[in-house]
Amino acid sequence: MIQLIYLTVVLPLIGFLINGIFGSKIKNEKLIGLIGSGVIGISFLITVGAFFETLALPVDDRQTIVTLFTWMNVGSLDVSFAYQVDQLSLVMALIVTGVGFIIHVYSIGYMHGDKSFWRFFAYMNLFIFAMMNLILADNFVLLFLGWEGVGLCSYLLIGFWYDRKFEKSTTADAAKKAFIVNRIGDFGFLLGMFLIYLTFESLNFNEVFSRATTFAVPEHIFGFIALFLFIGATGKSAQIPLFVWLPDAMAGPTPVSALIHAATMVTAGVYMVARASIIFASAPAIMMVIAVIGILTAFFAATIGIVQNDIKKVLAYSTVSQLGYMFLAMGVGAFTAGIFHVMTHAFFKALLFLGAGSVIHAMHEEQDIQKYGGLKKHMPHTYIVFLIAAIAISGIPPLAGFFSKDEILWYSYANGGLIFWILGAGTAMITAFYMFRLYILTFEGKERFGHDKHPHESPKIMTVPLMVLALLSVIGGFIGIPEIFSGEHGNRFHNWLAPIFKDAERKLALFGTHSHTEELILMTLSVIGAAAAIWFARYVYLKKPSIASNTAAKFRGVYNLLWNKYFVDEAYDAAIVDPIVKSSRTVLWKFTDNKIIDGLINGTASLIETLSSNIRKIQTGIAQLYALVMILGIAAALFWIIFSL
Amino acid sequence: MSLETILFYLFGSLAAIAAVIMITRSNAVISALFLILNMASLAGLYLILNAQFIAVAQIIVYAGAIMVLFLFVIMLLKPENERKFMASSPKVKIFAIFIAAIVFFQFAYMIFLGKPSSLVAQDVDASVQAGTVEEIGRQLFTNYVLPFEAAGFLLLAATIGALVISKKKFE
Amino acid sequence: MTVTIEHYLLLSAFLFSVGVTGVLTRRNAIVVFMSIELMLNSANLTLVAFSSYLGNSIGHLFVFFVMTVAAAEAAVGLAIIIALFRLKLTTNIDEINILKW
Repeated sequence: MIQLIYLTVVLPLIGFLINGIFGSKIKNEKLIGLIGSGVIGISFLITVGAFFETLALPVDDRQTIVTLFTWMNVGSLDVSFAYQVDQLSLVMALIVTGVGFIIHVYSIGYMHGDKSFWRFFAYMNLFIFAMMNLILADNFVLLFLGWEGVGLCSYLLIGFWYDRKFEKSTTADAAKKAFIVNRIGDFGFLLGMFLIYLTFESLNFNEVFSRATTFAVPEHIFGFIALFLFIGATGKSAQIPLFVWLPDAMAGPTPVSALIHAATMVTAGVYMVARASIIFASAPAIMMVIAVIGILTAFFAATIGIVQNDIKKVLAYSTVSQLGYMFLAMGVGAFTAGIFHVMTHAFFKALLFLGAGSVIHAMHEEQDIQKYGGLKKHMPHTYIVFLIAAIAISGIPPLAGFFSKDEILWYSYANGGLIFWILGAGTAMITAFYMFRLYILTFEGKERFGHDKHPHESPKIMTVPLMVLALLSVIGGFIGIPEIFSGEHGNRFHNWLAPIFKDAERKLALFGTHSHTEELILMTLSVIGAAAAIWFARYVYLKKPSIASNTAAKFRGVYNLLWNKYFVDEAYDAAIVDPIVKSSRTVLWKFTDNKIIDGLINGTASLIETLSSNIRKIQTGIAQLYALVMILGIAAALFWIIFSL
Repeated sequence: MSLETILFYLFGSLAAIAAVIMITRSNAVISALFLILNMASLAGLYLILNAQFIAVAQIIVYAGAIMVLFLFVIMLLKPENERKFMASSPKVKIFAIFIAAIVFFQFAYMIFLGKPSSLVAQDVDASVQAGTVEEIGRQLFTNYVLPFEAAGFLLLAATIGALVISKKKFE
Repeated sequence: MTVTIEHYLLLSAFLFSVGVTGVLTRRNAIVVFMSIELMLNSANLTLVAFSSYLGNSIGHLFVFFVMTVAAAEAAVGLAIIIALFRLKLTTNIDEINILKW
């Protein structure tokens, strides 16, 4: 099965081609959906098979490379379409194909009746193709191919309903924003790749990472490489300063938000940092930068999420915040914890988004939670799974979110310091708060919608995927039970991934001597904090809504700041976008293009015109003038003959 | 002072003066008549050079046919008399005379530089023999028969062309 | 002094220059034609002079053909002038300038 791993990449591509080329002719939605989801399903099965085969291999020898063909072979640069099947890529592949498959099935129900049904599945398959390339690549160039590919598919899918209005502009503008901001990050990534090639003379993972320990490279070079790669990661994974595209990306259909902007594409940055862990570990200063940005992003995004009223916006900022947690983990050297959170987050965030999609469908595209309320009677299945997801993300044991989040919090304290833990735990409390605010305002309490809306439960094709994800959110954490509960080497997830990170961890010389007692204390504190936040949310929004509005009125300034997302978009517009547009208009367009380039061309033409209209006056039509000129020529010729004699 | 010398200077100056007068008269008929005089003196010069055939051909063809044709056309068209020679656009005319003088002096210079007479001595008997009708006829019908026939065609074409161009109307 | 070939050549050059002047300065088309004939005659004189001094008949033959061509050219040229005259009613060269820019 491992040898067939390339099929997990090729099959989605075939699905894209079939649905893309013939989709508009196939009138049967079920067939399109079957093709679209089927290829992902088969890919998932192949991945599972590869997983078990790899499990059977000895612990130290679990990497297999499957080469398709050579892409470029120039000098010392040898890049192939080759796929690396090892512990890390298998984890990511299982997430992508598994959660991807669930979301594809859900979309068959969600996108029912859409006039471009086939285009949706074509783009989704293309996305999975690019993402699998990214994850399975064995060199930086192929990874970058996938990196760019998912950026493209993000653009295509965000702007799927391209003729729809969205906030102050259109969905097309939101798609463009995502693409452009991604590109800025990609530029950083490219610089990093160039530097890697310069330093290590290769772009192949195995070669680069082994040379990272053997070559004598000055630390500041590692620092630059790590910094550039991280800039790419901030673009793709929506961290400060390049997170502004993610909330706008909610213009796309909800399954897109679930798949791309919760479970898979945004985790590409985290994956990349994990993959290149040895490089990052060799640049401790950048690791600190990563951790700081991670926790700051987590905190600030959470604060914005408290006041948002659009159900998808809350979830978007929640995603940004949780991604901050993952980078915090990476930054303090807890690579396994970061990947663990990627996995659990995929489960419950996808569940949250799909559940939100279910609600939006039922409420006929209404997304303002102030117009929801009391939906639990009307949509029992959705209500249950949404509640499960909310509990999971709040970090309440024994659901999945508790294990992954707590591992991150513990390592941020052990490797980073108390301040990280305090901010992290604070963010966790805020997360619990806004998540339950969302839940309560949507499903509990009084109905705040008009009687023209008749919410109903979604069809089975949508609710069954929700239940699968809910199940995973419940039991998914048990793979990574921390050692205080499971004994020495009891954290199976950690053990599975350990060989990948052993070089990096050795370099960081971490994981010293903090006691189990401290861990237990901190764990208890964070759980109590989360529970308190949930109770507080219940109190405010269920019993006394006036507290919310009074607080908002009293702290009008802070409220405005949060509601306007700290004015980051406006700041970027004023500082970067507007000057560029203005200078483009005045310097490049009006001056260079109009005056210089056009002037050059038009000037040449008018010069020739002037010249020729003056020269043609020689033709006076009088024959004697021509004769005179001839005689002049004869005289000149004779002069020449005379002088040469 | 041999006879040849006297005759040369006589005919030569006659030809030169007639030419100058020809281009300065305002009346076209007078110009044509002086051209005839010029051609006649050239015929004389040819005789001095032992070119019997050419001299007679000059009188018959040039002075007798071509100039008569010119006179016919002049009298047919009755052109107005031009103004005096230097009356209109004297600047251009002075420039033209200047250029022509330059050309003349260039020729003169080349002639005196080359000095052909120092290279070849005149072979009088051969030149007499070469200028007879007999000799020219022999050459025309043996070595140069192709240009001869071509000249015949040319004249045919010219005749037809002149007829066609000067017809009054095309039916 | 004896008359050498240079005398004939000089005379010929003079006649040629006079012909050039005539072509460039006269207004009447027919007189211009006559000046052209003058130039042709000067060329004939050169040819005959050389032929006589070298003792062969090549120059004479050339003159023969020059005369033929001159005759043909005169005929056709005058026919053209007649046709132009019918159109423009003038032989003044300055007024025949349709082929200008």
